[in-house]
Amino acid sequence: MAAVISAAGLARTFQTKAGPVDAVRGVDLTVHEGEILGFLGPNGAGKTTTLRMLTTLLKPTGGTAAVAGHDLATDPAGVRRASGYVAQSGGADPGIGVREELVTQARFYRLSKADAVARAGELARELDLTDFLDRRTAALSGGQRRRLDIAMALTHRPKVLFLDEPTTGLDPGSRADLWDLVRRLRDEHGTTVFLTTHYLDEADALADRLVIVDGGTVAAEGTPGALKLRYGGSLDATLQDTFLAVTGRAPAPAGDAPVAV
Amino acid sequence: MTPQEPTGMLLHDTALVYGRYLRQSLRSRFALLFGALTPLLYLLFFGPLLTGLPLGRAGSSWQILVPGLLLQLGLFGALFAGFTIIMESAQGVVERMRVTPVSRLALLLGRVLRDATVFVFQAVLLVLAAVAMGLRAPLAGILVGFGFVALLTISLASLSYAAGMKVRTPQEFGPLINAVSMPSMLLSGLMLPMSLAPAWLNVLSHFVPFRYLVDAMRDAYVGHYATAHMLYGVLVAVGFAMLAVTAGTRVFRTAGA
Ligand SMILES: Nc1ncnc2c1ncn2[C@@H]1O[C@H](COP(=O)(O)OP(=O)(O)O)[C@@H](O)[C@H]1O
Ligand SMILES: [Mg+2]
Repeated sequence: MAAVISAAGLARTFQTKAGPVDAVRGVDLTVHEGEILGFLGPNGAGKTTTLRMLTTLLKPTGGTAAVAGHDLATDPAGVRRASGYVAQSGGADPGIGVREELVTQARFYRLSKADAVARAGELARELDLTDFLDRRTAALSGGQRRRLDIAMALTHRPKVLFLDEPTTGLDPGSRADLWDLVRRLRDEHGTTVFLTTHYLDEADALADRLVIVDGGTVAAEGTPGALKLRYGGSLDATLQDTFLAVTGRAPAPAGDAPVAV
Repeated sequence: MTPQEPTGMLLHDTALVYGRYLRQSLRSRFALLFGALTPLLYLLFFGPLLTGLPLGRAGSSWQILVPGLLLQLGLFGALFAGFTIIMESAQGVVERMRVTPVSRLALLLGRVLRDATVFVFQAVLLVLAAVAMGLRAPLAGILVGFGFVALLTISLASLSYAAGMKVRTPQEFGPLINAVSMPSMLLSGLMLPMSLAPAWLNVLSHFVPFRYLVDAMRDAYVGHYATAHMLYGVLVAVGFAMLAVTAGTRVFRTAGA
């Protein structure tokens, strides 16, 4: 399978008043076309920072990476054309209507006015937002707002979709819907999905392959099954035990809430 | 943004961003009018105190006060523009725009042109109120004055957005803006002309760029257009705007640190 994302030694150090912070220290990774990759790690592991570098929002302080054949450093415009991004906070303005947000985003991708309106309608149908087009985004539920964020990120039919903790804060029903949506995007459009999460059950259920990050570096990677076998001792091991073996730390205690790292 | 981005795309994107934020302003009519309240209060309750005083400049007290109030409006209003970008950053709106191919310069220009539109609109209201209070000034001079208000708001809003992208929390931003705005207002002679000041204060005020704008605007309000004040005022206003927009765009391009 062809690599659609490849990174070598990707690093980012932030200069802060309290001194330099090495948020990401030399991440190597490869993501194959049409894969759902789970980027798993505890809070502060460097997931968001990695994503912001791969989407050209933040300049790496070390290493190189390419997305869909476009180099981050030399062809950021190519990277932007090939990728969609949904930040953990989302990206919709609460004071603006759903239709206006979708049309504006399409215009940012340089669609003509008529094409932008048509594309907004298409995206609304595909993501089940048609009934809310005339609502302000502040009046959407968490799950609906997430779908709007994803619709905006899919405007230009990107090859790669980056989702930063897409289900954090969603109720169980909306989480399940979102998992289905991610699978559908991959199955119907062949979209590669790179998603970060700190929920172990989400990583287990959704991702074809996992990259576990901790302290800004890749601690382990492989399919959920292979990781369980290698670190947890058997295929029946829980991902929680596996994670513990990889990072040397217990994930947060499990309740009936999703298991968070 | 590639450096050689076609101008057509820049115009397209700027119009898009401008339209988005102007519609936003029009949705909150109250805020649109409320911004003009402080200078209006000065006009109503401070202006009449000056009518009989010798102010050391040509023209009536209204021709001296109104240019200062218009610049005060732009100064305070535009300096606080960065608050909105702090909110938008927290909502993810800024990054959502920055992952698209949209021109970085347009992300800034669209916003500051909206601000200039809003403040010129408020300036028009203020001038109408001033005329009712007794201001008499040549129309050309008043129009030149609006040009200065527009340039000042473009400059200060650009810097304010840049600062808002850098500091990221309102708690840091507020004190920073207060530290800039009050001295700027007092040292540039917006309320009373610096011709009344002792020498040291007059000299000090020449280091504040707005001093040149208000002097030029006061000349315009008495119909004197070919003066040294006017030349310096135009040079400072245009130069400052170019510097500020360049600095602002740089931050929009590389933001995220
Ligand atoms: N803009 C920034 N300035 C300074 N430090 C940052 C910045 N962004 C992230 N960090 C730090 O980098 C580390 C990794 O953060 P992040 O990538 O957000 O982790 P994650 O998304 O895995 O929770 C954290 O220690 C965080 O505090
Ligand atoms: Mg994060």
